Parts: sequence; C-alpha cells; structure tokens
Amino acid sequence: MTAEMMTGNLAAAWGARLADVDYVPAFPITPQTEIVETLAKWCGSGSLNARFVTLDSEHSMMTAAGAAAATGARVFTATSSQGLLHAFEVLYTVAGWRVPLVLVNVSRALASPITLEPDHNDVLAARDCGFLQLHAETCQEVVDSILLAYRIAEDARVCLPVMVNLDGFVLSFTREPVTLPDPEVVKQFLPPFRPAHLGFTASAPRSLGTAVFGGATYSYFRHQLHLASLNGLRVYEEAAADFERLFGRRYDPVEQYRMDDAEDVLVMTNAFASKGKAAVDAARAQGRRVGLLRLRMIRPWPAETIQHALQGRRAVAVVDQNLSPGQGGILFQEIAACLYHEALRPRALCSFIGGLGGKNLSEGEFQAIFEQTADAGVRGTGIGPVLLFTESEHREVEQLQFLAHELKTGR
Amino acid sequence: MTWEPQIFKTLHQIPREEHVFPGTPLCAGCGGLESLRLAAKVLGSRVVYVDAAGCMTNLAAFPFTPLDASWLYTTMGSAPAGAQGVRDALDVLIAKGRVPKEEDVQVVVLGGDGSTYDMALSSTSGAITRQLDFYYFCYDNEAYGNTGVQLSPATPYGARTTTSPCAVQHPAGTTQEKKDIFEIWRAHRPPYMATVSPRFPLDLEEKFARAAAYKGPKLFLAFAACPTGWLFDPAQTPDVARLAVECGLWPLKEAVNGVVVHTYWPKLTPVEEYLKLQGRFRHLFEPVVQTEAIAHIQERVHGYWARVKREEGNS
Repeated sequence: MTAEMMTGNLAAAWGARLADVDYVPAFPITPQTEIVETLAKWCGSGSLNARFVTLDSEHSMMTAAGAAAATGARVFTATSSQGLLHAFEVLYTVAGWRVPLVLVNVSRALASPITLEPDHNDVLAARDCGFLQLHAETCQEVVDSILLAYRIAEDARVCLPVMVNLDGFVLSFTREPVTLPDPEVVKQFLPPFRPAHLGFTASAPRSLGTAVFGGATYSYFRHQLHLASLNGLRVYEEAAADFERLFGRRYDPVEQYRMDDAEDVLVMTNAFASKGKAAVDAARAQGRRVGLLRLRMIRPWPAETIQHALQGRRAVAVVDQNLSPGQGGILFQEIAACLYHEALRPRALCSFIGGLGGKNLSEGEFQAIFEQTADAGVRGTGIGPVLLFTESEHREVEQLQFLAHELKTGR
Repeated sequence: MTWEPQIFKTLHQIPREEHVFPGTPLCAGCGGLESLRLAAKVLGSRVVYVDAAGCMTNLAAFPFTPLDASWLYTTMGSAPAGAQGVRDALDVLIAKGRVPKEEDVQVVVLGGDGSTYDMALSSTSGAITRQLDFYYFCYDNEAYGNTGVQLSPATPYGARTTTSPCAVQHPAGTTQEKKDIFEIWRAHRPPYMATVSPRFPLDLEEKFARAAAYKGPKLFLAFAACPTGWLFDPAQTPDVARLAVECGLWPLKEAVNGVVVHTYWPKLTPVEEYLKLQGRFRHLFEPVVQTEAIAHIQERVHGYWARVKREEGNS
C-alpha cells in the first residue's frame, strides 16, 4: 500500500474507522475537533457503520462511551486537555467498570493561563485512573496505536480502556506520510468485539458499578484492576508481534534510538522526541555517545524494559514536558523509582522541564542538556528539576511585561 | 375536565408481581422506594436502571440487588448520558444483529433530587434535546439525603437541613424556594412528564402505563417522604405523602407534549397539618410560631392553585 499525507487527527479518525467501531460519542475541543468532525462525516456517509452522537460535555461523553461499551458496543471517543479533566471522574468510573474502549487524547496544556498548545499535564494527570496509555510520536504511530489499543483493551486478560495520546498542533495538525493498514488484514489482527461478560439484555440482567461496603471488597477490585493493567505488558508484546507480522511495523513499549553504545541517555515521549532524536544525531556528530529512550507505553509502566535499557549508563536525563508544581517532572519520578533497586543504575539522574504549552526545545537547550547531563554523570550526582528557558524567550516575556506595565500606567 | 384513569381504576388491577424485592439497605419508611416499587410493577423487569449517586445507589451493593432488572451505577452528574450510551448501543447492536430485538430493554435513569435538580441538569437537558428514548425517575426527598440531609435546590422554603439550619440570621431555615424542575423539563417539550405520589397508587400506575405509549424522554417526579431527613416516624410515611398532596404542596399532574393537566384536585387542607408532622419544620411552630413563614408557604400554595384553576378551569 502507498502512503498518503495526513494529519495526526485524520490518522486518529482512520484508526477508529479501521477498528470498525460501533459508537462515537463526541464533544469538540481544540486541538482534537478534526477527529470528531471527520468521524461525523464518515458516520453520516455510511463509510463507517457507527452511530455518532454529540454529548453536552466531556463528562457526559465519557459516561456515554463507558455505558455503551458496557452494553457491548465497540466505542471510540476523543478529547483534549480541559475536556479530559472535565471527564476525570468518569475516567476512573469506566475503568472500574472494566470496559474496553479507546480514548484518544490530543495533548494540550492546562489552564491557567489558558492556552492551546501541547504539553502532557493533561494526559499524565490521568495516569492513575486505570486506563492504559500509549503515547505516539508520528501520525503513522497514531493509527497503528489505536488498532493495538483495541486489541489490548478487549483481551480477556486486560478488559480495560486504553488512552492513545498524540500532541496537539505538533502532531494533530502536522501532515506526515501514513500507510493505512489494509482493512481485510486488520480483521485478522482485531477480531470482532463479542464480549461475553458485558451487555444488558432482557434474559440476562446484570448489575455493574455496584457499591461496595468495606475496604476489603474495595481493595479486592482495585487490586484486580492493577493486575489486569500489568497483564497489559504481556498482552501488548503479543499484539505488537502480531502487528509486526501482519503490517511490518514494530512497536516496542519503549523505543530505543541510537542506544547501543550510548553512555548518556535522554528520556522523552511523544512528538518532541523527534526533536530529541535530531539533537542526538547532532551530538553524535560532535562525538558525544548519546541515545534516546522514548516511552511509548506509560500504563502499564514497562519497568523491566526501562531498567534493562538504562542499566549501566553513565547518566540519564528525563525531559518532562509537564510540571508537577512543587515537585518537578512527573516521568522523572517514575524513572527514578524503577531504577532504585537496579544494581547497575546510572551514576546520575537529571530532570529537565521543557516544552510546556508548546514552548520550543531549541538546539541550544538540547546541547545544554547533554553538557549538564555528562557533567552530572562524571560527578555522580544528578541535577534538577531544571526549568528550560532561553535568553531570547526571557527577553520576549520581559517585552510583554513591559507592555503590560505601560498599558496599566498609561505611560 | 376531570382527569380519569383509563387503565388502573381499582387497586385490584395493580399487578401483584414484584420487581423490587424486600431487604434493601434503604431506610425504613422510604417513600422513594415505595414509588419505585409501584413504578416497577408497570415497567417490569426488562429494564436497565442507570443510577446517579444518591440514596438509591445503596440498592445494588455487591453482591446483592433487590431488582430483577439490570443496573449501571454512573456518577452524580451524568446518569442521563449513561442512559444515552446504553440506549444507543442497544439500538446499534440490534440493528447490526448482535442483540436480538426481543432482548431489548427499557432504559430508566434513577436519580435523587440533588442530581436531578442541579448536577445532572446539563446531561439531562442534552438527553431530552436529543429526544433520547428513556424514563427519568426522580425520587424527590427535597435534600441531599444520602449524605445526611443537606440543602438541595429541591428543599422547600422553611425546611431545616443540616446546611440550612434554623438560625438567627435565617430563622425559617431554608430561605430559597424549591426549584421548579417540572417547568425546566417542560421547556424542552418532552412527550411525557408526570409527578406522582405512592399514596395515590392508581394515579401513579396509570401514568406509567400512559407514558409507555410515548417514545422519547419521559419524566417521573416521585414524592419521596423521608423519615430520616424530615424527622418523622417511618410509620407516618403514608400520612406525610398523602398530606403533601392534599395540602396542595405536591401537585399531581402530567404534561403530554407540554400540555399540563392536573390529575387530582386536592382538598387544600391548611399547610400546618402537613408541616406539623415533620421535625424539619418544627422550628416554625416552637419555641415561637413563625406566623409569617407559615403564611408565606400557604400563600404560595394558594397562588399556585389559583393559577391552575384559571388555566385548567374548575372541576
């Protein structure tokens, strides 16, 4: 099949279409809207045999999505940022129902201040809700990840919803060549959704989401959810192997870029990892032995794979495109935690915060990251969280502050 | 014109078959449960109850359910959206031949007044606007009951709750008026809406039977006398429920395609008789009688029924 140019959003819509979903509850939000617009058009024309319904909010949208999945339909939905947070309560609720569905989140920084461009505070806020999480770097990966997501979600060993993340603007509105999987081959990869444990019918009444009294019962079900999520590691590996066999593209839970002889490693996620890879190439051209580890699967957390990839390195720099105020980078903490017991753990762990609200990561910033990380590795003590900000960006903000002052004082 | 029941004319016509069985964790004397039990006699068991957070969330507590129907607990603010998902999925699966038509079920939202009047308004309004084919059953006990009786937008003027106590600043307790959710629904023009009281079982059953003829959103506002929250002996639930209607505070009515008809003309007994039965109004009577507050409640009742008389004529 030949590749065609499409945006990340269109690729996401194609993922839903190829998965032959039954139901699309929707609500518009920038930068995700193109996905639901596309699906509305396809449902209207009949090229996708699904019902498309616009709900009154993301909170309602997620409830309808979970309820439809609980009834036995294959469900797709998408949101961003404030929308994901508006639906937050329901994310936990539907994960607890153990219903498989796929939610695409198009990452966008959170208010306040209100903005439209990407960072990962939205999707990472949802890391504890029970959804599995796959993070995509390219438009090709978006469509492929959605197919993988349905396969994992619907596996009897998992039975959990999956979130597929792509970056707003940087990926959602960027056209890249995408090879669409052959629908007939997709049918081999993704069997029809016929869940035996779900559905509300006259002859087989079911109660779902019932209350529990007492911590033991509650703990039992939450432990079950955790273990099911961990099963996702194994199920993902099987699905990725099948995917490679059928479509020729391989997706590991983490991607290792020029890691073979790397002494220092950058850890990144999503589309900005492309910038990171370019920076690795540039640094290697200057003689630095560096590599990049891109986390594709955030939940379940592929701890062993990460440990294996990072053991024996001199220093590791986690570039978090998110910020937990008063703490630092969210993924830095998780990387640090999973390396603690590793005998050959890197000599230094460094934390950098960059790309908030779509802020650029410049070549100079990457160079500084490599230099500071190498120094830290030599010293044997980590640094951070370092808030990346360039002098020109600083001047830009100062200029705005100056204008604000002038407007306020009338001078 | 007098509203007459067409189907349920005597108590013997009410099905003896039960669909809400005894032994629930709800309070003794729960008026909401009484309404649900009567409603289920007509709705039957081919139902999925989509529940909002509230007292009735306790009905299905693992591993028990008192219902012979399906159950899906959602959230406090989005049960109608849950109903949307279930209904849409059933429609799609039936159309695609994955669920046989004869396996179809009715979707019934179950919500208390806290959810119905406030938090779920957005999802409710959305569902009605989309003409979702569902029942909405609200058990209205005029407070956030499950959390220990706090002020809700359904709490009537003069009632005492734990967050609208009788105090120096506001001796009447609740100073706001009960929100008119019936009219908010009616502005959406759903095909069928009704208020019901379990003390008027023929009226209640007749309304559920009539509603079945309409496809689309169907509202039932059920009076849920609440011994725990309103502070009366559970044995008095029937008296409280009956007096609420007879004093005119809980009008029994229906609206078909937006046209309102009152289905029972109350005796309009003085509101004091109803208020005096309940501890939540005791501060209106002692240590001093709050004459103005009581008169205010009475005036609003008279005002309401004067308007009904003008609009529907004297029967």
